[in-house]
Amino acid sequence: MEYKLTYNAFRDGLKEGKLLGLKCNQCGIHICPPRKVCPECQSENMDIIELSGKGEVLTFTVIYVPPQGFEGPLVVATGKLDEGPWVIGNIEGMNPSNVTMDVIGKRFTVGYKDVPADSISGGDRIALTFKLV
Amino acid sequence: MRQVAVVGVGMTPFGRSQKDQLEMFGEAAMDAINESKLKPRDIQALFLGNAVGDLSEGQTVIASHAAAEIGLLGIPATRVEGACAAGTMAIITAIMAIASGHFDIVLAAGTERQTVSGTAFATRIMNTGPHHLYEGPSGLTFPGIFAMMAHFYAKKYEVPLERLKDAMAKVAIKNHKNGEKNPKCQFPSIVDMMERRKAKAKKDGYPVPTWSDEMDFLHDTEVNMMIAQPLQLFDCCPISDGAAAVVLVPVEVAKRITDKPVTIAGFGQSAAGGIITQRDFTRLIAREISAKQAYDMAGLTPKDIDVCELHDCFTIAEIVATEGLGFFDFGEGYEAVERGDTEMGGIIPINPSGGLKAKGHPVGATGVAQVYEIVNQLRGICGERQVEGAKIGMTDTMGGTFASVGNLILKRGW
Repeated sequence: MEYKLTYNAFRDGLKEGKLLGLKCNQCGIHICPPRKVCPECQSENMDIIELSGKGEVLTFTVIYVPPQGFEGPLVVATGKLDEGPWVIGNIEGMNPSNVTMDVIGKRFTVGYKDVPADSISGGDRIALTFKLV
Repeated sequence: MRQVAVVGVGMTPFGRSQKDQLEMFGEAAMDAINESKLKPRDIQALFLGNAVGDLSEGQTVIASHAAAEIGLLGIPATRVEGACAAGTMAIITAIMAIASGHFDIVLAAGTERQTVSGTAFATRIMNTGPHHLYEGPSGLTFPGIFAMMAHFYAKKYEVPLERLKDAMAKVAIKNHKNGEKNPKCQFPSIVDMMERRKAKAKKDGYPVPTWSDEMDFLHDTEVNMMIAQPLQLFDCCPISDGAAAVVLVPVEVAKRITDKPVTIAGFGQSAAGGIITQRDFTRLIAREISAKQAYDMAGLTPKDIDVCELHDCFTIAEIVATEGLGFFDFGEGYEAVERGDTEMGGIIPINPSGGLKAKGHPVGATGVAQVYEIVNQLRGICGERQVEGAKIGMTDTMGGTFASVGNLILKRGW
């Protein structure tokens, strides 16, 4: 069966302002980012849906020694979307030196930013961004 | 299934090497083969743990080149990749190949050279460990992953971050102290580093630092700088070069080769994908499944383990690993560190070799080097860092975003 929601389609959705995911028609869970099968019940019977694009911060770090091609300091967070899935992205719009554990539990809306290609990336990519509300 | 034993081990010093991955492999492999009193021609297969040799030194088909390095032409030679768990996965693959009856004498090894890449590119290479589309583009680093683990742990178990960080610093102090007694260790002594910095300040005419002890030194953010909040430099293992190797045979063959074989009592291996799939930073499903497999196969429990080499790539990782392996309850590993339970002479000595933290972490070699240490601990030949009377030892190796874990339980075979 053909891959339901490819990375390219997921990325195009973000560029149109939509956070796309999958809904499993067998067990009902939401999946984001996309997978070939439902991680819960292994069904391939899933439909593409638009998620709320809202969630809360579960944990975070401020990276002072970034990989080549990235500029630090870089605030990276793991968030939980309101529909359940976990996502990783960059908290934007905060001074990195002011980020403390108080950020855990804060609400965010999801956006994206372009991440330029390098010689081992297989092309351009995007990273999710989290804007605290 | 046939029972499998280790009859020879070899390891290069860990640190910055002028030798390439194949040369280091050659040294470790021949040390293991010579110790087992076999010849290269006796080896029927090679499984080689190597995580990033293609990116760091531009070498693919590395297992075949490694086999050729020690004259093993014609045998199957297979690279096993699982980031930092690659070496343990190579050993487990070798064990299964012998247990199945297909081979009798197998070399499992690991080699890695990462210092040549420099910090920025080495960090980019390791950034290929998280999911390359959905995790990596955030710029996530390995210190960053384990930094998120530390914050998650502090929040979940309601531990004040400063208290957790001091327990983490105590892990570093312990492992460097253990490493002082290991001649193959990359960064042995924090006290020596303090003295060197004091001497340099004096020589250059700067104010001489007045650190009262190692903890005071680690609290100094000028020298122990922030890498990924809240992890500071000494919370992180170094970038390293090195290789290690073990010769594995069926137990009945081992008895003809050595009067002190170390048997594989149990093993486990599990994969779990990215952080976003796993949904926890403190209960790592791959480790819990893998360790249970190993304990069940061995018919043992955590209380039976005399000594453990585990995956302390970062100080918080050691605390979480001691819980996942069942030595302490979840959320209580940091208190065990505070009490000194994991020190030499404690309830369960953890990382007598110095661990990844002090000994070094050439990623593909790490799991094999852990077995090198445990085998020598069980043989009782570790000198000043010997865990007295150790009869049963365990290793724990974790690759990627807690994505691949391998565990081995080893026992004296005499």
